[in-house]
Order: sequence, then C-alpha cells, then structure tokens
Amino acid sequence: MRIDFLFWRGCPSHPEARELLDDVLAARGIEAEVVEQEVFSEEEARELAFPGSPTVRVDGRDVDPEGASARPALTCRIYYLPDGRSSPVPSRRQLEEALA
Amino acid sequence: MTVALGTDAPQFDLPGLNGQNHSLDSYTGAEALVLVQSCNHCPYVQAWEDRLSAIARDYEGRGVRVVAVNSNDAENYPEDSFEEMQARATARGFAFDYLYDEPQAVARELGAERTPEVFVYDRDRRLVYHGAIDDSRDETAVSQQYLRDALDAVLGGEEPAVSETPAVGCTVKWK
Repeated sequence: MRIDFLFWRGCPSHPEARELLDDVLAARGIEAEVVEQEVFSEEEARELAFPGSPTVRVDGRDVDPEGASARPALTCRIYYLPDGRSSPVPSRRQLEEALA
Repeated sequence: MTVALGTDAPQFDLPGLNGQNHSLDSYTGAEALVLVQSCNHCPYVQAWEDRLSAIARDYEGRGVRVVAVNSNDAENYPEDSFEEMQARATARGFAFDYLYDEPQAVARELGAERTPEVFVYDRDRRLVYHGAIDDSRDETAVSQQYLRDALDAVLGGEEPAVSETPAVGCTVKWK
C-alpha cells in the first residue's frame, strides 16, 4: 500500500493530520509506504490536483473523494466530521475507511 | 508586521451585509471593540465561528461589539466573495457584524496574518489583546478562553493577564 501525503506549509494542520494517519496505521497494524510531498506553488497545486492541505491519497484514491474535486489551491482543506462540523484534518473514520 | 499592543484601532469604512457601510465611528460608545480577521472558506474560521457568535451574544449586553472583517482575495478564492459572505452569515446566523475589506487595507493596517485572528480594543480603542479566540479549534478540548478572559479584564478596567497568543488558522489571501 502506498499513501501519498501532500501538504502546504502555510496551513498548520498537516502535523496533526500526519499524526492521526500514523495512529490509524499503527492501530490497524498496517504497513504502508507514506510518501510526503510538500506543495510550494499554485502552479504545482494545479499540476497535482491539490485541493488543499493536507490531502491524503491511498493507492491514488483520495480519503475524501467528494472534496478531492475542489479547485486546486494553496489553502487549508475543509473536511467534514461525522457530526457535520468542518475540520482542517480528515476524520479518523475517513482514514479508516480509506485504509480498509 | 503585526501591530503592537497599545496601538490605536484602524480607521475603516467598509460595507456590511446589511448594505450599509460601517466605520470605526459606528461603534462609538462600545466598551470594547473586537475586530476579527476572518473569511468564509477556512476550516479554522468555520470551527470557531459558532463560538464567536456565542461571545458576541454573551457580551453584547456589557457593551462589547464584535466585528469580523474578510479581506481575502475573492478573485482567487471565490468562496470569500461578498455574496458568499452574505449567504454564510445567513445560514450560520452570525451574531456579529461581518464586513468586506475588498481593498485589504484593514488587514494590512492590522498586520494580520491568519484567519481567524483577534484584535481587542478597549474603550479608548487601544489594542489590549491580540491572537486566538481560545486554545483549541476543537471546542471540546478548550482549556483557555483567551478572548473571553481579555474582555472580562478590559470591562473590569484591567489589562488582560494574557495579552498576546499565537493565532492558529489559514493565511490571509493577499492579492
């Protein structure tokens, strides 16, 4: 399994998201190659179809397929928690489902 | 560069969601004025906006006015346009004024870097607190109520015990 972890340093959410990802991987005993990629420019965001930071793809599939089609931009990405609240990081459930 | 504590509040004259302009003088008489660099599209702003409304309601009777200012570049971030501001404020029932700083002049004068980023001014409109609303975007994990504590202090005629904290959020989207 390959996990691409794309982030933009201008948004402070990526350390929390990476920690959550590592926690879910450990809890499930999943060995995966996590490839971090920093996005530096709007041009690069467009090339990578990067809808915001952080973006996590498991074997090429976004953990939040609905949000993946948002306009590429250097911005904080919005995720939605199971209770409907917005969050700058994916929910644990989103990660777990993507890794299932 | 962010303004220093003690600095005077910026002059402004910006359109509000009710179609009327709001200036610094519009808030004359307020015991304290809270300016919040804000926007629509940022998940950190969204995480805090209900708490900001609660603070606006809780302190209104004590003479505090809360004013959010969106200075983001709406051309590159269309979710932050004036029309989208109107839609979000209505949908979320904002209890605070929400002004559109299309020229980004207020953000520049404040030296704002993040959304949300709070600036509290006392009755003389001197900056007495700058930074975060509280210490966690997760409302269930909040242990420090920075903004409420600052307002309680200034309404009691005292300087806030904590006057500067790091604002955590998205960057201001400059043109």
